[in-house]
Amino acid sequence: MDAGSLSSSSTIKTRSRYPLQEQFIQRKSSKENLDRFIPNRSAMDFDYAHYMLTEGNKGKENPVASSPSRDAYRKQLAESLNMNRTRILAFKNKPPAPVDLMPHEISTNPHDSKLAKPRRFIPQTSERTLDAPDIVDDYYLNLLDWGSGNVLAIALGSTVYLWDASDGSTSELVTVDDENGPVTSVSWAPDGRHLAVGLNNSEVQLWDSTSNRQLRTLKGGHRQRVGSLAWNNHILTTGGMDGRIVNNDVRIRSHVVETYRGHEQEVCGLKWSASGSQLASGGNDNLLYIWDRASASSNAATQWLHRLEDHTSAVKALAWCPFQGNLLASGGGSGDRCIKFWNTHTGACLNSIDTGSQVCSLLWNKNERELLSSHGFTQNQLTLWKYPSMVKMAELNGHTSRVLFMAQSPDGCTVASAAADETLRFWNVFGAPEAAAKAAPKARAEPFSNVSRIR
Amino acid sequence: MAARTVAKDIITLRGSAAIVSEFFGYAANSILYNRGVYPEESFVKVKKYGLPMLLTEDEGVKSFIANLTAQLSEWLEAGKLQRVVLVIMSKATGEVLERWNFSIETDSEVVDKGVSREKSDKEIMREIQAIMRQIASSITYLPCLDEPCVFDVLAYTDKDVAVPFTWTESDPKLIANPQMVKLHSFDTKIHKVDTLVSYKNDEWDEP
Repeated sequence: MDAGSLSSSSTIKTRSRYPLQEQFIQRKSSKENLDRFIPNRSAMDFDYAHYMLTEGNKGKENPVASSPSRDAYRKQLAESLNMNRTRILAFKNKPPAPVDLMPHEISTNPHDSKLAKPRRFIPQTSERTLDAPDIVDDYYLNLLDWGSGNVLAIALGSTVYLWDASDGSTSELVTVDDENGPVTSVSWAPDGRHLAVGLNNSEVQLWDSTSNRQLRTLKGGHRQRVGSLAWNNHILTTGGMDGRIVNNDVRIRSHVVETYRGHEQEVCGLKWSASGSQLASGGNDNLLYIWDRASASSNAATQWLHRLEDHTSAVKALAWCPFQGNLLASGGGSGDRCIKFWNTHTGACLNSIDTGSQVCSLLWNKNERELLSSHGFTQNQLTLWKYPSMVKMAELNGHTSRVLFMAQSPDGCTVASAAADETLRFWNVFGAPEAAAKAAPKARAEPFSNVSRIR
Repeated sequence: MAARTVAKDIITLRGSAAIVSEFFGYAANSILYNRGVYPEESFVKVKKYGLPMLLTEDEGVKSFIANLTAQLSEWLEAGKLQRVVLVIMSKATGEVLERWNFSIETDSEVVDKGVSREKSDKEIMREIQAIMRQIASSITYLPCLDEPCVFDVLAYTDKDVAVPFTWTESDPKLIANPQMVKLHSFDTKIHKVDTLVSYKNDEWDEP
């Protein structure tokens, strides 16, 4: 069997060899163009190849060429090549270019507004980190403030430190006695020179930061610690653990001029509107009050303008909108996690966003319609929101514990955040300094312009 | 009665030129509006071709288009106009972003011998309306013009046309490797207008 198959294969080989040889000889004789690399071209169909190269291609291309766009292109090509018989003319006077286009386009065409404001790069990491040892991890306090003099005040334990943002130098302003401390709140007066320091013993001290001198102590307004402070010209408003809110005229001897009663628990959020006509206060009783400056009176306890019960947890984070006078943003504690927006004239809740985390602090961007919130568990992040769409623009991570306090630099660009992880971080979240350079002098002038200074 | 209807459907060279040049005026306005070359507020709505059409209120643009259609009408009557191209360019770089190409085929017999053709007004208007609708809907597929733009109009004429005082020779302002979309055409039986828009390829769209 084996031998048989072998022999048959050999016969095929020999047989097949014959014709090869024959052709080889034939070709040679016909002097065809052969070489040692391609010794034979018998398997090649030159006619077919020639046809494919010439005629066949035409046939293949035809269906493609019949597509209208190809057709049009060909037509156009022919016409542009045929320019000899055509004259292309245009008016010498060009149509007027669309002037003053951008302001219109922003409102009409979303694509152009994108061009007008190229997307800002938001650094995801903090620009600078400082140690903040012994910072009191207490949600109800307000231990960080950045004054118009570009000096940051932070209370660590019983000591108030000043950090000058212009040269990065640190100084200690005051250390209060242990029986009076710790410090429960700090707030710069609008002049950027005087600092109010709220204490655990219900007193409030006033300090002159330039001479490092204590000017006076405000006593008798509260019975418990003073966790929140807010300035309105020469009025220092203090909010205490006793639920009271007191307007102190720092110029006069009997400084308590008005008392707002409404909160039943600790007042932890306190902010005057930019115009100074309305005061927002938030408390541990989950209530947000709006008080009217004009209707405040010294003799009787003042009636609130609005009592807002929508939050389901302590209301600490409050921020008045810098570009819309009667718009207030408020954030709720860990049981609530919502940022709510209010029309403070009508008391209407305009929007509510569940952030998924305790809202510790809120800041508006002075230069853009954006809101920054700082949070606690689980991410301990800062979240930048586009207003009013409330689209998340950025999440800034870095803190490893809840971000209790935030303060904005006077030019509005940099945000300082202090967290329970005992760090103070600086974020370049509200735009690069050069982008805000033109806005900075305006922002800087604002706190001074309509303020009568303390002398 | 019958004679009157017939008379109504007769179209002369002059009438055809008027229809075509008017069409260019409205088409140019519509393109400038829909492509956002000029701000939306500078346009007012009018009724034309059974459609709400937008006309510019900007005096400069208005007079430019008026001068244009007047000149085009003259060339159309002479049968010398081959093509009109509205070019949209970047204001900053001058790069050509879009070319709205209106090719015109003129019935030379009508021009040479002065005969007239028959086609009803209504039918022509319906054809023009279809083009206007396409121009308005073109924003759905044309790339966004996300920068300030300017426009210019090129007229392709026969070589023997004397260049009017206010006109000058121009380069064709072509787009390299363009995308093209052919729109409807209309025909007055004297002038046949083919509309085609070519635009810059979106680089990132390419496979």
